[in-house]
Amino acid sequence: MNRDRKAIRVDLQLIAGMIEPHSRVLDVGCGDGTFLDYLVHFHHVDGRGIELSMDGVKASITAGLSVIQGDADTDLKDYPDNAFDYVVLSQTLQAMVQPKTVLSHLLRIGKRAIVSFPNFAHWRARLYLGILGKMPVSKTLPYQWYDTPNIHLCTIRDFVALCRELGIVIETQKILDAEGHVRQVGPWLFSANLLGEQAVYLLRKK
Amino acid sequence: MTAHKSHSDGRAKAAPAPAPLPGHHVRLGAKTPLRLDCGVELSEFPVAYQTYGKLNADRSNAILICHALTGDQFVAEPHPVTGKEGWWDMTVGPGKTIDTERFFVVCANILGGCMGTYGPKDINPRTGKPWNLDFPVITIADMVRCQALLLDHLGIRKLFAVTGGSMGGMQVLEWASTYPERVFAAIPVATAALHTAQNIAFHEVGRQAIMTDPDWCGGEYLIHGKRPTKGLAVARMAAHITYLSDQALHRKFGRRLQDRDGIGFGFEPEFQVESYLRHQGITFVDRFDANSYLYITRAMDYFDLISKNGGQLANAFTNTPVRFCVISFTGDWLFPTSENRRIVHALNAAAADVSFAEIESDKGHDAFLLDEPEFQRVLKGFLDGAAEHLAKAAGKK
Repeated sequence: MNRDRKAIRVDLQLIAGMIEPHSRVLDVGCGDGTFLDYLVHFHHVDGRGIELSMDGVKASITAGLSVIQGDADTDLKDYPDNAFDYVVLSQTLQAMVQPKTVLSHLLRIGKRAIVSFPNFAHWRARLYLGILGKMPVSKTLPYQWYDTPNIHLCTIRDFVALCRELGIVIETQKILDAEGHVRQVGPWLFSANLLGEQAVYLLRKK
Repeated sequence: MTAHKSHSDGRAKAAPAPAPLPGHHVRLGAKTPLRLDCGVELSEFPVAYQTYGKLNADRSNAILICHALTGDQFVAEPHPVTGKEGWWDMTVGPGKTIDTERFFVVCANILGGCMGTYGPKDINPRTGKPWNLDFPVITIADMVRCQALLLDHLGIRKLFAVTGGSMGGMQVLEWASTYPERVFAAIPVATAALHTAQNIAFHEVGRQAIMTDPDWCGGEYLIHGKRPTKGLAVARMAAHITYLSDQALHRKFGRRLQDRDGIGFGFEPEFQVESYLRHQGITFVDRFDANSYLYITRAMDYFDLISKNGGQLANAFTNTPVRFCVISFTGDWLFPTSENRRIVHALNAAAADVSFAEIESDKGHDAFLLDEPEFQRVLKGFLDGAAEHLAKAAGKK
């Protein structure tokens, strides 16, 4: 493959670290395939991608990756149970029309799922809303209310509750700052929810 | 069925024997006859094919190209009848997307065709006359079995890739489904897992145009020294509209008039689009046999990989080792993206290794034959990626 391998984001490095080499991976919302390419070449995974934007799909296929144009909201149902060792949904859950259904599918088609999302309960977001009375805008939430693709924002506490409701086991929880570096926030959900700008979860079925 | 006499014998009554077609010719089915879906067995029947590039030492660089309804084996060279450049000259050749300096490209005229492979205009060894409508009805699967025999003859156990658009894409799907162990990568383009009611309807219009031409003579026109050129031309005209898009026709012709300043209040071809279609019809009859057109359109109508697999297309690809790349075009309303996506969904359900891209083009179904740089880039990217995977797999062994 001819592409120059770009350095991947810190949070993606963290996700890559959760993935066993030589496993089967589906990257949902794989963009131009940069992360998938990284996994294929450095973790030797059997990698597949699904991406909504045709530009992303074309860039991925042109780079030799197996990627289909599709919509996670509607197309995940086609995949059989346990087709993958890991299904990755990075920074996309909040843009789904049916995040709960999508999350269920992730853990149906994958033995494990890795999900990351921006935390809407970070203290700065609370400040925006509580004091300034404005929709939060930050590094992890970079959009104005009128042009955001994020239609189902949630907090760390919300996400943990949804996992509980769906009978999903949280194997690993990593609380990150805006740059994607792990923050030590102690064992309490309260502080994670207040201090984390984003979070990454390694999930499995009960 | 026994071997029959050579092509030109017995045909002399109807028309002078045409100059033999250039390229490779072989007789297949000598040892084991080819059993067709309709139950008939063919033995020692002619197949015409072309090759480009060289087969490498370990015979791992072969790409089979499956042609569409009115295509033929002259993929990347001037056509022997029309003199026009090969139908996929854009894509196949030295240094092109399907690089003949890297790959050994094979394309055979399909079974039922009229460019050298066994079809209805050939001589029925039992009667010494052209088969005409006694030629057995063939299917897409029969075409593919015939191609598999050709590959056996060429000593190619496993294809690096099989590709084709439209009816060629149907053959690609059939290949991957029937011979998954003989295909490393499959690239069905602008195609469908079944021929839709709308598409069957269009084909029926074409067939009726041919069969209602008095010169069709109940299919026996060769014996009567006639040809249903009018009917075949109308069939081609109707079909040609389905290969284009509204936008493409508008851009090319609009409402512009042909060689005149105003409308003529008559029924001469006044609009450019009319002259264009008539030209398409007239030139087509020079290179195509009317009965062949009936047989091939029928083969497409019969294609239904879904019902063949118990209503679940995914069953056609259970545990498939084949790498797929499905490609469709936004402006294609004959084999629309929805039909191509249906294939993708089935491949996903079979947990197959699949890529899928929809190329933006307003050129209609014919886009895969035309200059579409995005299509070429995706195709090349997929082929390069597949070659890399094949090399890696070979390295592991």
